[in-house]
Amino acid sequence: MAAAGLFLLAFLASPGSFSWLFAPMTRNGAPAIYTQTPLWSLTLSHLTLVAVAVAASTLVALVLGVLVTRPSGREFLPLARTITSVGQTFPPVAVLALAVPVMGFGAGPTLVALFLYGLLPVFENTLAGLTNQPAQIREAARGMGLTPAQRLWQVDLPLALPVILTGMRLTAVISLGTATIGSTVAARTLGEVIIAGLLSSNTAFVLQGGMVVGIIAVMIHEGFQALARLASRRTG
Amino acid sequence: MIQIQHLTKRYDGKPVVDDVSLTVERGQIAALVGTSGSGKTTLLRMINRLVMPTSGHVLIDGQDTGGIAPHLLRRRIGYAIQGHGLFPHRTVGQNIATVPRLLRWPADEIRARVDELLTLFQLDPDAFRDRMPHELSGGQQQRIGVARALAAKPDVLLMDEPFGALDPVIRAKAQADLRQIQRQLGTTLVLVTHDMTEAILLGDQIAVMDQGRLLQYAPPAEILRAPATPFVEALIGPDMRPFHLLSLTPAFRIATEGHATGTPIPRDATLRDALAECLWSGRDALPVEGGGVVTLTALRERAAP
Ligand SMILES: Nc1ncnc2c1ncn2[C@@H]1O[C@H](COP(=O)(O)OP(=O)(O)O)[C@@H](O)[C@H]1O
Ligand SMILES: [Mg+2]
Repeated sequence: MAAAGLFLLAFLASPGSFSWLFAPMTRNGAPAIYTQTPLWSLTLSHLTLVAVAVAASTLVALVLGVLVTRPSGREFLPLARTITSVGQTFPPVAVLALAVPVMGFGAGPTLVALFLYGLLPVFENTLAGLTNQPAQIREAARGMGLTPAQRLWQVDLPLALPVILTGMRLTAVISLGTATIGSTVAARTLGEVIIAGLLSSNTAFVLQGGMVVGIIAVMIHEGFQALARLASRRTG
Repeated sequence: MIQIQHLTKRYDGKPVVDDVSLTVERGQIAALVGTSGSGKTTLLRMINRLVMPTSGHVLIDGQDTGGIAPHLLRRRIGYAIQGHGLFPHRTVGQNIATVPRLLRWPADEIRARVDELLTLFQLDPDAFRDRMPHELSGGQQQRIGVARALAAKPDVLLMDEPFGALDPVIRAKAQADLRQIQRQLGTTLVLVTHDMTEAILLGDQIAVMDQGRLLQYAPPAEILRAPATPFVEALIGPDMRPFHLLSLTPAFRIATEGHATGTPIPRDATLRDALAECLWSGRDALPVEGGGVVTLTALRERAAP
């Protein structure tokens, strides 16, 4: 992990030093490293886009999950399920196509697509975490006089945290890969490198774009897993 | 004091607790006993309004509990359940501190109370305060569950089969400890159990329930000598009656002048223990520590109604 992280940092800091690695994949003396936009800058805006989208879908999915597990919100469960699963099954490319005429080119349509795409995992895991709690714990919390809000904050959410983190992990990893298509509608992401590679038949570009996204995805995956482990270790 | 007046709970029109009235005096233990599904848990949970009664009233120290916000009522009533229900993400100390924190006790008072309770339950505060529940044995978890229920010094404690998950040896010790702590604190205790032996051992009064109805509410000796219905009799188990009766009285109570040989039995050993000792050691009389003897003849008299 640490090695992969260091390699990524070194590559982003000075992509030129790695031309030897990508040169064998170019033809007719084409450049081995994408230089139109600095790779570190694309990586940063890619990550920002993903972070904003994941934060937004986590927030909305969490609130939805909490609402539909309250006695007064239970009747909205089927509706919330439908919204989140349509969000996941509707292709992000189609979302882009629909959003561009409304929002114009840029980061907006991509954010919407990632947001919708990422709702389901956090929502379903929040639901599972909040409803699959041992009956005795719920009973004890009620019996000792915790109010519904106190039960939610002091018992239900802390106990559901590892499962919710797992949902966030799925959302983050999916969004990281999906964000690349944002470059087709002028969002600044690492997809730009891949698309440039496709258009100019430059395999080296495609590969370096994919490599950066891949390494970051693995690191995010591991990071969330470590967080979830930390959150569940205390409860044994 | 708990007064239960004509308490009824219906689910879909079907009574699960059916017009039950009984009074538990201050500082006494009432054991609710009956077969599974007889409505014991429902009756218990109506006392702290985890279940809302269909009709009837519960008064605690004369005050109708129906007029108190349920979560505030519950903070005044201790509640311990089978399998303890400890919060797995909180330390032993934080678990015990749950209700005092809800009641906004000052932090130093809470800390002192946690240590006091751990000591009361024979757990070293320094060793246990910061442990997580999953790091404890079943018996220790159960004790923490009861300590948590007692944390805010409630006058009333409700327990639903608190010893159900313990193995027999640990259970006997837990029962004896509970009895002692309850006497020491003067807590009024309502305890649900399906085990008649436990009800006889712990109850000052026993309430026998069947299909939601209260069949008999009386002290153990009366339940044993004069069961109100064949069901009560069956629940006691006719083969156990003499032994249950003997278990209610300590040996020194029936000790008389006389002479006996062999190892003496402790003063507060029950007559049941004395009988077992007579049979096992082949003696007709046993000396009692501190003077007097218990004879087999006296035991025989005590074993019948
Ligand atoms: N929420 C409920 N809805 C419908 N029936 C219930 C509910 N709670 C308990 N009952 C029924 O009430 C009866 C008594 O249950 P309970 O009080 O738990 O008995 P016990 O504790 O004596 O085993 C059982 O038949 C049970 O199925
Ligand atoms: Mg029960």
